[in-house]
Amino acid sequence: MTDRPRVALFVTCLVDLFRPSVGFAAVRLLEAAGCDVSVPRAQTCCGQPAFNSGDRPTTEALARGLVAAFAGFDYIVAPSGSCAGMLRRHLPELFEDDPVMHERVVELAARCWELTSFLTDVRGMTAVDAELAGRVTYHDSCSGLRELKVREQPRRLLGSVRGLELVELAESEVCCGFGGTFCVKYPEISTRMVSNKAANATASGADLLLAGDLGCLMNIAGRLKRLGSPLQVRHVAEVLAGELQAPPIAEAG
Amino acid sequence: MEATSLRFRERAAGALENAQLQTALAGIKVGWQAGRARAAARLPEFEQLRDLGKAIKDHTLAHLDLYLEAFEARVVEQGGKVHWARDAAEARGIVLELCRAAGARSVTKSKSMIAEEIGLNAWLEANGLRVVETDLGEYIIQLRREPPSHLVGPAVHLTKDQISDLFVEHHGGPRIEEPAALVGEARRILRQRYLEADVGITGANFLIAETGSAVTVTNEGNAELTQGLPRTHIVIASLEKVIPTVEDAFTLLRLLGRSATGQEFSAYTTFVTGPKRPGDLDGPEAFHVVLLDNGRSAMVGTAFREMLRCIRCGACMNHCPVYLAAGGHAYGWVYVGPMGSVLTPQFIGIEQGYPLPNASTFCGRCEEVCPVRIPLPRLMRLWREEQFRKALVPPTARWGLRLWGALARRPFLYRLTARWAARALRLLARGRGRLAAAPLAGGWTGTRDLPAPQGGTFMDQWRRRRR
Repeated sequence: MTDRPRVALFVTCLVDLFRPSVGFAAVRLLEAAGCDVSVPRAQTCCGQPAFNSGDRPTTEALARGLVAAFAGFDYIVAPSGSCAGMLRRHLPELFEDDPVMHERVVELAARCWELTSFLTDVRGMTAVDAELAGRVTYHDSCSGLRELKVREQPRRLLGSVRGLELVELAESEVCCGFGGTFCVKYPEISTRMVSNKAANATASGADLLLAGDLGCLMNIAGRLKRLGSPLQVRHVAEVLAGELQAPPIAEAG
Repeated sequence: MEATSLRFRERAAGALENAQLQTALAGIKVGWQAGRARAAARLPEFEQLRDLGKAIKDHTLAHLDLYLEAFEARVVEQGGKVHWARDAAEARGIVLELCRAAGARSVTKSKSMIAEEIGLNAWLEANGLRVVETDLGEYIIQLRREPPSHLVGPAVHLTKDQISDLFVEHHGGPRIEEPAALVGEARRILRQRYLEADVGITGANFLIAETGSAVTVTNEGNAELTQGLPRTHIVIASLEKVIPTVEDAFTLLRLLGRSATGQEFSAYTTFVTGPKRPGDLDGPEAFHVVLLDNGRSAMVGTAFREMLRCIRCGACMNHCPVYLAAGGHAYGWVYVGPMGSVLTPQFIGIEQGYPLPNASTFCGRCEEVCPVRIPLPRLMRLWREEQFRKALVPPTARWGLRLWGALARRPFLYRLTARWAARALRLLARGRGRLAAAPLAGGWTGTRDLPAPQGGTFMDQWRRRRR
């Protein structure tokens, strides 16, 4: 490996469709961390919707695609703890009866990282060149937090943003109620959970809520906007990269 | 118990509208959840203790036959008897037979989830016995004719006011509001029942193979009075309660109290070994252990073996945002919360338990606090795989998944579809940045807006920028 590692950006479905600015922010951060960034065209989805719906055949088919799409890169980095967790923690659970494929997914898993964890834990980044005047709070998305131990990394980087004041969110480690298809299968329970999150976010006194996963962010922003809240919501990468031209999530530009 | 798990969503929605229930559930966060966090933080070796607890249980399960036979041999040596029950009906039959042999009319019971699992109370009552629950929470739900809503606190779904009303209804007399006085009144009534009982039935937190002992843990001392006063003591427990040694029991007891309520140790922990011996001042004349299988031995060789490590502390439900919103009764059978979502389908079948493994965001808090590190989300996912294999998934979800899977396997088609979806949603949003309604998205947009796509997909924009 050279000192400029070859990094594949795993865009993730939601960023690709809803919020490309997060992808561009991730590219900017990775380049600032000294990486050569590529975006393999053959990538689609990490397979979580199939995996969590019990559809092993589709999950394994997608895993084969991921192995091919990301072959040859030093690292695969996703602006999502959930998708990175799928690659890093769950792919090795697949192909128990196929030792050749199993070895390949284990090898792929070892190269996969969540963005803020990669920047700090792998690239040793301690500060970013960004500015944002305001009170910010941070929601710990479940998969990143519990599967990948992403907790201090985004906070450390946010601490280096000029003008930014980080206020902690009560129950920041409690699920927002998104849970993939859970939010539409059990909308009543999901709504209660996201309402609790919205209430805690409002009570924090912050004017901007950040997290590392677009699923959670769309859920929280969607609820806050339905409730008429002025609280803004963005992906943490946007703030760290200074990519703030796009309006906050669910707001008009 | 008739399973109503298929109505999970409807009952959960009802629970969310029930203000009293929500007040009661909120108490779990400030009580047991916070208690566990404090207890874990105070004990430097807590994480190692969890590893040890897991290892003890894994070892026992790998040699379950050996330890069960050793346990039986020790019980017999002490003058007791072990009865093996393959299923619920056999276990009920054995207990009733033992009660009849003892000439029993009145039975006291300390808390036992196995008794709930086999529907013991209703069976004994139908056969003419008076059954009195002696755990305060169990006593309360027995008066209300309800199943437990929590492993550790069966009446956790009730507020103090509801219990005051209940006692007036059943005991008569003036309404009592002071918690200590409510406990005092239950105690006054239960004391008489202890003395009248011919048989005492208890569960067991652990069965110890090296000594043939049964271990019970309570905060009220009711298990001691239940097992020590009547002529006959019957322990009902499932196979996986057996552990090798007394030392193992203490390791697991150190985990149990802390994980359940945040207590370093429960107020009463009793080791019972056989019936009264010559020279003993008190104790039962007969000691029986009914060992229930009910499908557990068949789990040993499967991935669900890990569930048999469970020590019934309730930490998974205390930390589960779904349980804390829906309450225990929504789960529709004996076992509730994340452990129930894994265990209940084993007993009632995955068809009848369909919603339970799906009622999770896989947030992972349950696994994070489980004292014996049961991978609860993974086991729920295995149930979902079973549902998918058996084609139990509803047609719309199934076809949606199939369509999405077909696209995701074909990058070119996938990008094309994403491009059109981004355009369509953006058009529908008409510059407002979000949608209040969208086709096929009612589950989402009923209570929250759907953020609109920013513009073209990332893949398209990236290509245009020709990086």
